[in-house]
Amino acid sequence: MFDAGSWDWDTGRRLISDTHQWKDMFDWIEEPYVSPDGEKIASVVRKEEGEYSICQNGTAWEKTFDKVWYLKFTPDNRLTALVSDMGEWTVAVDGNVWDNTFDFVWDTRFGPDGQNIIVAAQKGMKYFVAMSDIPWDNEFSTLSNLIISRDGKRAAIVVQTVPLKEGEIFKFQEGCYSVAVDGKTWEKNFVNVWDMDFSHDGMHVAAEVRTTLYDYTIAVDGVPWDQSYSSVWRPKFSPKDGSVSAPVRIGGNWTLVRDGKPFWNRSFGQLWHHMYSPDGEKVAAIVAPKYGRWTMAVDGNSWKLTFGDLVTDAVFSPDGSKLACIGKEDGKWTIAVNGKPWQEKFDMAWQPVFSPDSRRVAAKVEKKGRYTIVIDGRPLKETFAAVWDPVFSPDGDKIMIRAIEDKSDPGEYYRHIIPVTDITG
Amino acid sequence: MAQAASKIIKTEIYDEGIEKGIERLTQQRIDQVINHVLKNEVGARLKTYVDTCVHCGLCSEACHFYLSYDNDPAFSPAGKVKQTIWEILKRKGNVDAEFIKRARLIASTECNLCRRCAMYCPFGIDVAYLMSIVRRICHLLGVTPKYQQDTVHSHAATLNQMWVKEDEYIDSLMWQEEEAQDEIPNLRIPLEKEGAEIFYSVIAPEPKFRAQLIYQTAVLMNVAGVDWTMPATPGWDNSDMCMFSGDIEMMGRLKKAHFETAMRLKVKRIVMGECGHAFRSVYDVGNRWLLWKWPPIPVTHAVEFYYELFNEGKVSVAQKYDKTVTFQDPCNISRGRGLHEMGRYLARTLCTEFIEMHPNREHNLCCCAGGGVINCGPPFKMKRILGNRAKAEQLFAVKARGAETIIAPCHNCHGGLDDIVHHYGLGMEIKFLGDIIYDCIEKPV
Repeated sequence: MFDAGSWDWDTGRRLISDTHQWKDMFDWIEEPYVSPDGEKIASVVRKEEGEYSICQNGTAWEKTFDKVWYLKFTPDNRLTALVSDMGEWTVAVDGNVWDNTFDFVWDTRFGPDGQNIIVAAQKGMKYFVAMSDIPWDNEFSTLSNLIISRDGKRAAIVVQTVPLKEGEIFKFQEGCYSVAVDGKTWEKNFVNVWDMDFSHDGMHVAAEVRTTLYDYTIAVDGVPWDQSYSSVWRPKFSPKDGSVSAPVRIGGNWTLVRDGKPFWNRSFGQLWHHMYSPDGEKVAAIVAPKYGRWTMAVDGNSWKLTFGDLVTDAVFSPDGSKLACIGKEDGKWTIAVNGKPWQEKFDMAWQPVFSPDSRRVAAKVEKKGRYTIVIDGRPLKETFAAVWDPVFSPDGDKIMIRAIEDKSDPGEYYRHIIPVTDITG
Repeated sequence: MAQAASKIIKTEIYDEGIEKGIERLTQQRIDQVINHVLKNEVGARLKTYVDTCVHCGLCSEACHFYLSYDNDPAFSPAGKVKQTIWEILKRKGNVDAEFIKRARLIASTECNLCRRCAMYCPFGIDVAYLMSIVRRICHLLGVTPKYQQDTVHSHAATLNQMWVKEDEYIDSLMWQEEEAQDEIPNLRIPLEKEGAEIFYSVIAPEPKFRAQLIYQTAVLMNVAGVDWTMPATPGWDNSDMCMFSGDIEMMGRLKKAHFETAMRLKVKRIVMGECGHAFRSVYDVGNRWLLWKWPPIPVTHAVEFYYELFNEGKVSVAQKYDKTVTFQDPCNISRGRGLHEMGRYLARTLCTEFIEMHPNREHNLCCCAGGGVINCGPPFKMKRILGNRAKAEQLFAVKARGAETIIAPCHNCHGGLDDIVHHYGLGMEIKFLGDIIYDCIEKPV
């Protein structure tokens, strides 16, 4: 993990860059991205006709490219982009490009410390994964559903293992897809493979698979469970004991099973995006207890609170005592924590963020085109032209607000560190 | 034309997916699947329809197959039900492989699930629903037309209907952006722009071989100053042949990916291109199978979106399209959503002369391509074309009154009408609204 403790947590408001001034420098400026520590703001810009680059804190990278896209900051605050020069694609990190070039590259991922940068790549119509500028030895005819291990050191991806021409429907049904982990393919093929999960130690991979057109199950390291279901959703490894659980559809309803055996003793009209608390003691999932109503269930027990439109972006607090999610009802969004909704409703809400001590929960929200941060249901009085997800200090007493203000000089990007109590009272 | 129709009815059409499917069937499997579907997947709705129908036959003349095949009762909606699900119920599921073959042919190549007949039934019986049950049974039995099954496999493997690989899709968007920048230098197709107002979603044929539609949309979005984005991940395709083959589990997987892409991008709504069947899937069928009563992120069809842009003055007409146009009402957005008046507003706004074909609006005849029928592929092409002689007659009539161009805001309608126009020698042009909008709107110089 990155060390947020080394960041500047001194209270105060600091101008990082006046992005408005960038308009005098470039005729093309795309939407900005901000580093996790709040110290950098960057956009794709055009320096000259057909020459694109990145402007960070008011200074453009020296190098220019035919195309630049998919800006992402690593957790350790390095800026990455996918860039094309003379038709060859590669990854640029803080202005330096990888040695390897590709015909196309996409889907950048990082580990929690940001050290490894992983992408899906294609060269000469062969597909593979490249990790920190080292392409896999093995190539495939196509791939999808890239995942990386929790430490960021391993990658797995769904690959096609048997050549298939369009129209070969019976060959398809014999199984032409599998999983490649660090380039090495599982021995068994499946009709389909979809979402996957790495075990917490990075040694195992579980995947949603279909063994016939009608039999869905979970395969762990290439071995399918004995049981099959009419459908399944993404499996998850338990951080506690390494078991694998997944939502499965039985008799038209959904329940949670573990290692192919019943786990929750009840079913729901829908059940997906289950998650473990960090200690693995609790399991929560987004569920539909009845048609058109959505909520969270913890260990099989659903909240009384339900939403009509959707529930999404659920997250456990670090100590596992709290569960927060986004709920939407009649087009209005809010945050709910342990079954209780915030009073205020918004035009959009982002995934809640817990403080490291689990006491507080904050979220970025938007109302009538203005953005702000809300902590425990109480909004910061100030609103902004743009804001990024809040970041709590390691002790949970302060919060970092990364925002573009537009009151005095439109486009000034500030990094604010304020005591949490300034918002919560 | 009638002779040709008779000939095609009597000609055995070979389809590898269906023939090999029935070769593998056992009586036990047929019994098991039918009993499963009747016991676990259908209920009061089927029983109500079966108990309510008085076999009056008023639905017959609603069906373009019936009209086109010389009022052959076998092609009437009630006739199709009688030959399939009624017979299954009557025989308590005890039907053989040949019956299943015939049932699949009827449900998937002789019915477009267009729901016109439901409007003519005194009780509103939805024959499309009944045909969908037959399709579901056939899917579970592994008896599906080859080309449609291949499309379903594409959906399963790539989450799009045309085997478009992840990089190919992104590359197509970048290519279209580059092309359009020759016309509007600062034009952008914003990829993965979190928090944009609109996620613009398309069906896979657009990046695959109708990329000019993406170009045209990009021009429109840029001219109108719309805050929009397109994803760079699977989930971008809103189409759904699984809904039509009977593979409803895959249908659910597709719609989940689509809506979760919208949620991930934090958009306010999804605006989708000119496609009818995809609208049915995201607005009605797919979302509801997943238990979302309404789309969790609102969905706006292109016709409604264009209407908004013109009505709110965000785009204006520089010069009108100067050929006389008529308007093909796609079943899924007209009968299914009531967008026909908005379509006419646009036709009149954009074109110098608009005339109606008859019947029209929610009473319009289907193009005979929708409902997955065109996706059954070349073996069934002539059956489909001859099965819509009624549409050709409808178009000849409107052509006689001066119509030169058919506006069809639906991909399936385009495919179906294109075949009809060529086969029957209509000599009419077919356009998307987007084609005409692109040609006619005020653009920056």
